[in-house]
Amino acid sequence: MANTEQEVLAGLAEIVAEETGLDAADVALEKSFTDDLDIDSLSMMTIVTHAEDKFGVRIPDEEVKNLATVGDAVSYIKGAQD
Amino acid sequence: MGLLEGKKLLITGVLTDSSIAFHTARLAIEEGADVVLSSFGRQMKLTSAFAKRLPGDTPPPVVQLDVTSEEDLAGLADAVREAGFDRLDGVVHSIGFAPQSVMGGNFLSGEWEDVATALQISTYSYKALAVAAKPLMTDGGAIVGLTFDGQFAWPVYDWMGVAKAGLEAANRYLARDLGPHGIRCNLVSAGPIKTTAAKSIPGFEQMEANWPQRAPLGWDQTTAEPTARTVAALLSDWFPATTAEIVHVDGGVHAMGQ
Ligand SMILES: NC(=O)c1ccc[n+]([C@@H]2O[C@H](COP(=O)([O-])OP(=O)(O)OC[C@H]3O[C@@H](n4cnc5c(N)ncnc54)[C@H](O)[C@@H]3O)[C@@H](O)[C@H]2O)c1
Repeated sequence: MANTEQEVLAGLAEIVAEETGLDAADVALEKSFTDDLDIDSLSMMTIVTHAEDKFGVRIPDEEVKNLATVGDAVSYIKGAQD
Repeated sequence: MGLLEGKKLLITGVLTDSSIAFHTARLAIEEGADVVLSSFGRQMKLTSAFAKRLPGDTPPPVVQLDVTSEEDLAGLADAVREAGFDRLDGVVHSIGFAPQSVMGGNFLSGEWEDVATALQISTYSYKALAVAAKPLMTDGGAIVGLTFDGQFAWPVYDWMGVAKAGLEAANRYLARDLGPHGIRCNLVSAGPIKTTAAKSIPGFEQMEANWPQRAPLGWDQTTAEPTARTVAALLSDWFPATTAEIVHVDGGVHAMGQ
């Protein structure tokens, strides 16, 4: 089932918050995973895997490299659902 | 009846669905085994997420095992019992790690502390895991580990290559000492597969280069299936008198000149 952009962002923010201990409200579209949120490759793999399960999509490794910001991930997930 | 019907197996090393151990666990479950996984620390969440992607009605339990932790090793048998396994018929060691400072062309500059980490996690842990699991292997069984041909000096593999040569020697001694308990110890020597561990080796492309061309059977680096099948076979009753062995799953590269 497809989610709205707002729903994807909220769901992803929850996953990021759970993995990093950050406040979900800080996980905004323009935030960079590495520079702003300080997420390393293991955390990123965990976030991606949980997002795959939550949104029913597959995000191949080659794509993960291109997901610099939270917004990139939200658009990718939205696109993969549609 | 499945190849591993009724077998109770501890499979270490599932990190993602690219892990050799993931495919081993998948095949083992398909072939009728009861599987318990192990993981540790921050990787635990990832292992648990991928455990849910394995076949079966309920995902296999995941117990904590950092092979550098004396406490985890000492508590392994109890943790496995608590997960509902009163005995083990097989153990898969699918664990390897070396700091980047001792791979990727850093053989000469590699320092002892980092080399020691590589040897502890990639070589010594094979014996440590076997000893930790042995109280549960009351009816004998099979221990299987994963190596990358330790006979040669490969590009960029450096101290990990030394660790693998040590693992191959440790396998012979383990087979010697556990044989009288009915426990077989064997290694699968796999060709290059694009897993998380492999991708963390700086310059991994140099190791996998030309492998498909050099292999009489060809070679696909994107799948762990052939390797996992062989691990499953070694866990089965169909290698009853084989121990201290290294089975190559590399398309045949190990036997070719050029
Ligand atoms: N991928 C290849 O090309 C290849 C080829 C031949 C052999 N191997 C061997 O196969 C085995 C599995 O690796 P893989 O390629 O599936 O990669 P992988 O990254 O999926 O698995 C490596 C595993 O080692 C575990 N590990 C690391 N440190 C640990 C510790 N302290 N305690 C417990 N576990 C620890 C990790 O959790 C991870 O699950 C390794 O021994 C590797 O050397 C790999």
